[in-house]
Amino acid sequence: MIEQLQLLGNQTRGSFAKLGRGTRFLLQTLSGIGSVIPRPRLLLNQLYSVGVLSFLIITISGLFVGMVLSLQGYYTLSDFGAEASLGLMVATSLVRELGPVVSALLFAGRAGSALTAEIGLMKATEQLSGMEMMAVDPIQRIIAPRFLAGLIAMPLLAGLFSAIGILGGQLVGSGLLGVDDGAYWAQMQAKIDFQDDIVNGIIKSITFGFVTTWIALFEGYDATPTAEGVSRATTRTVVNSAFSVLGLDFILTALMFGDD
Amino acid sequence: MDYFLPRMDTFVSNQNSLVSVRNLSFSRGPKVIFDNVSLDFERGKITAIMGPSGTGKTTLLKLIGGQLPPAQGTIVVDGENVHQLPRKQLFQLRKRIGMLFQSGALLTDMNVYDNVAFPLREHTRLPETMIRSLVLMKLQAVGLRGVKDFMPNELSGGMARRVALARAIALDPMMILYDEPFTGQDPISMGVLVHLIKSLNSALGLTSIIVSHDVHETSAIADYIYVLADGKIIGQGTPEAIRQSSSAWIQQFMNGTADGPVHFHYPAKDYFDDLLLSGKRY
Ligand SMILES: Nc1ncnc2c1ncn2[C@@H]1O[C@H](COP(=O)(O)OP(=O)(O)OP(=O)(O)O)[C@@H](O)[C@H]1O
Ligand SMILES: [Mg+2]
Repeated sequence: MIEQLQLLGNQTRGSFAKLGRGTRFLLQTLSGIGSVIPRPRLLLNQLYSVGVLSFLIITISGLFVGMVLSLQGYYTLSDFGAEASLGLMVATSLVRELGPVVSALLFAGRAGSALTAEIGLMKATEQLSGMEMMAVDPIQRIIAPRFLAGLIAMPLLAGLFSAIGILGGQLVGSGLLGVDDGAYWAQMQAKIDFQDDIVNGIIKSITFGFVTTWIALFEGYDATPTAEGVSRATTRTVVNSAFSVLGLDFILTALMFGDD
Repeated sequence: MDYFLPRMDTFVSNQNSLVSVRNLSFSRGPKVIFDNVSLDFERGKITAIMGPSGTGKTTLLKLIGGQLPPAQGTIVVDGENVHQLPRKQLFQLRKRIGMLFQSGALLTDMNVYDNVAFPLREHTRLPETMIRSLVLMKLQAVGLRGVKDFMPNELSGGMARRVALARAIALDPMMILYDEPFTGQDPISMGVLVHLIKSLNSALGLTSIIVSHDVHETSAIADYIYVLADGKIIGQGTPEAIRQSSSAWIQQFMNGTADGPVHFHYPAKDYFDDLLLSGKRY
């Protein structure tokens, strides 16, 4: 019993220590962002590997999620004779929830894990300390551009996801189920609110981008510099990102849509 | 807390030394790596650090470069106390120090050329044509101009280390720290390296600290040698003096015999007892 309590105590202390290191890391990263601006090449390279390389998985997933939403929505709505609202339903779900959340989960799996593995391996092969000895700060040179890239890419990917999803929904809705094409778009246009839906969706995806990229970079930077250490860190990135995204989504949704 | 309050003897050092280490203590967990050691590295000279594997030679270089904080003692490089420098000044100091890592530590996402150009591009505003000539010059010096377009993973261990050396001298530093420069080199490139290190020293007047196990090569070029073991300096002097030393420790090390006062084995419990314990299978 005592032993278990001790173990619990040690683990708690361990996680607080890690939270402390993570916060310090984040502050250093944020202050390193200034040094990226005069060197856009660094950022562009990272935007490519973090953002562009995630296009495919985001597009395909968005398409299918939109199609399934449309299918399920149709069965429910048609019971009430409200098929005309299908477009609205698909768009609301995507823009408010599924776009930001699912694309963040995919982003963590696709780009986050790659970032952790890359940074962790650079650490294990002494590339980071080599850089430090060459008087180059790895936080500025390696971490900050990746962080900024994640921050920029995430909302764009979420937007792409929602847009493709809406198209997928329309494909199934009017192509397969015979919902009126005009109604699909018209209801969406009339009822989707810029502030309530779109801006809030963007705020969500920026938050998720911030958190998942931070987790991914920190896990790599903090990894035990061995093969096993890097593999564990990569797993932790995906798991912790998923928890954080889902938890934050609940909080943000409660804050944003609480009063209507 | 006397790490912040150095004792009086701390700054009493040889006038001519570029690096002086005073009363240095450092531990890794329970293992004491350095126990109150003091060393001096003279300007313009080649000083070698020798000692059995695991005594802390690499650790010493990292302490000198300011990558690890000492538990006690001070390290002064070119008049500046490395561990009390603010980060900016520390980086300023590091620009004047080249370090050759034991593993090479090349950046794996760029080719050999860009690796050597890296410190130049980061720290100077030289035009690309100038950088190109400098890079080719440095690569030529280590005999590897022919691999400038290779990626680091296409190099052998010995080649990677020579590229790393080219990178370490790219900014024409005042001092180079070599961690095992000779490991993995064939006799020819070994000869070239020995010559290169020697001539960098005499032609450019830089100071070199070489960590090495290669007793023969090292004593051929070093001006002064420290022999470390068990957290202490067990011998120091010119190569000649070291060779003549009557100490059993040093004789054992220089001649490479397993039996003697220096332990070949990392401390462990009794061998026989260990063998009798039943193993665990995974
Ligand atoms: N990151 C670390 N964590 C804990 N202990 C370490 C770490 N790095 C090194 N050590 C320990 O410090 C001691 C000195 O290591 P160091 O790498 O300085 O040895 P070395 O003299 O360079 O050996 P070699 O000649 O084999 O390179 C070793 O006993 C090692 O076990
Ligand atoms: Mg070593």
